[in-house]
Amino acid sequence: MATATFRIWRGERGEGQFRDYTTETSEGMVVLDVVHQIQAEQANDLAVRWNCKAGKCGSCSAEINGMPKLMCMTRLNTLPLDKPVTVEPMKSFPHMRDLVTDVSWNYEVKKRIPKFQPRRPDAPDGTWRIAQEDVERVQEFRKCIECYLCQDVCHVLRDHHMHDKFIGPRFLVYAAALEMHPLDVADRIPELTKDFGIGLCNITKCCTKVCPENITITDNAIIPLKERVVDRFFDPLSKLFKVFGGSNT
Amino acid sequence: MEIGPTTHYVMGGVRVDGDSQMSDVPGLFAAGECAAGLHGANRLGGNSLSDLLVFGKRAGEYAARFAKENALGAVSSQAIESAEKCALQPFERKSSENPYAVQHTLQDVMQDLVGIVRAEAEMLQALERIRELKARSERASVDGNREYNAGWHTALDLHNLLTISEVITRSALHRKESRGAHFRDDFPAKDEQSGKFNIVARKGTNGEVQLAHEPIPPMPQELQQIVEEMK
Repeated sequence: MATATFRIWRGERGEGQFRDYTTETSEGMVVLDVVHQIQAEQANDLAVRWNCKAGKCGSCSAEINGMPKLMCMTRLNTLPLDKPVTVEPMKSFPHMRDLVTDVSWNYEVKKRIPKFQPRRPDAPDGTWRIAQEDVERVQEFRKCIECYLCQDVCHVLRDHHMHDKFIGPRFLVYAAALEMHPLDVADRIPELTKDFGIGLCNITKCCTKVCPENITITDNAIIPLKERVVDRFFDPLSKLFKVFGGSNT
Repeated sequence: MEIGPTTHYVMGGVRVDGDSQMSDVPGLFAAGECAAGLHGANRLGGNSLSDLLVFGKRAGEYAARFAKENALGAVSSQAIESAEKCALQPFERKSSENPYAVQHTLQDVMQDLVGIVRAEAEMLQALERIRELKARSERASVDGNREYNAGWHTALDLHNLLTISEVITRSALHRKESRGAHFRDDFPAKDEQSGKFNIVARKGTNGEVQLAHEPIPPMPQELQQIVEEMK
């Protein structure tokens, strides 16, 4: 058994300070285990949101040594324990208490994205025929557990606070899953261009880096959507046709 | 990797009507792990999920129907006041009893003394320990405010955890046989008579646990028929 110090953010509504807690650690522990141990032994009122302890519910998102991570999936042997480990709440959302933030903005954004709209069935018995390749393409996006770590790391939200102009990587992944669904016929490209602010993403790939489900957010979701937007609204050739071909294009 | 048997499901629970899922408190419905009776003496893998789907649907439907057919009951402001006072007590107590320490001790007691293999002497010891823990739980105090305060929630949970632990222990003591997952080291054989009733616990007038036998209703004919067909 070794001891380690955890520097945990304590406070309410954005006001607060780091507090150091030194505690026993043992083999196989994850950061969430330590936070629970500190809560049980030293700080009963420490606020932390968690649920499954298995990296599938997306509740225990936090910043560990400055990196957005799931506390339940961050093993202590991946951290340098010779100096204090900092644990602080996500920065892109309003702070509530200690490690808990209010992520409800995300739920509101999700409601604004046009729902799945399948084409008419291919066969008279009401079923469809889909190529396996098309099925596989969207599977990756469906792994999302909505931990919002990608929203937390995204500088458009985190630093520029453009929550009213940009839906963030999570919902670009969601829109991509719908847009690339082989049965879906809804058109989300005009909204992605305007209301959802896809142009604000300048593909720094931070979201891809922090995704605990290893979804290739930037390359497989955002860039293909950007290409669709460009094809529709910014294609130089069709612009030329528009200029010289009159208004009937 | 360590592998071992563990406690992972509560087969007892709130006694409900099998069709409506209503308990004997009108308007209180229960389904899933918190409801009793479906799995007999051992829940098999996968049966919990089918339990949720079938009886969750029933509970929802009957609760909706009940809500439509019955007006909202009168609420006693005195009862609310007393519940509120009770809930806020952990903030006002001056002792330094840590609610988590009580909870963890209770977990150890139940694991060690009322675990997978049970015996009378150990369970009697457990009842004694639960009594001590009840006294400690009444001193449990917490800091901070009411928002996201898990320590406070734990302090409030203790009453229920201790009640259920006592009911489990007393029911297991009462069972002088082994059946399914109810395994008694001192009574390893199955007793045919004990298979004909359920052990039902109720709260007595002084808050004590009262045990009674309720006969197990005969299997409905249509189910009996399915069992016969599958033989």
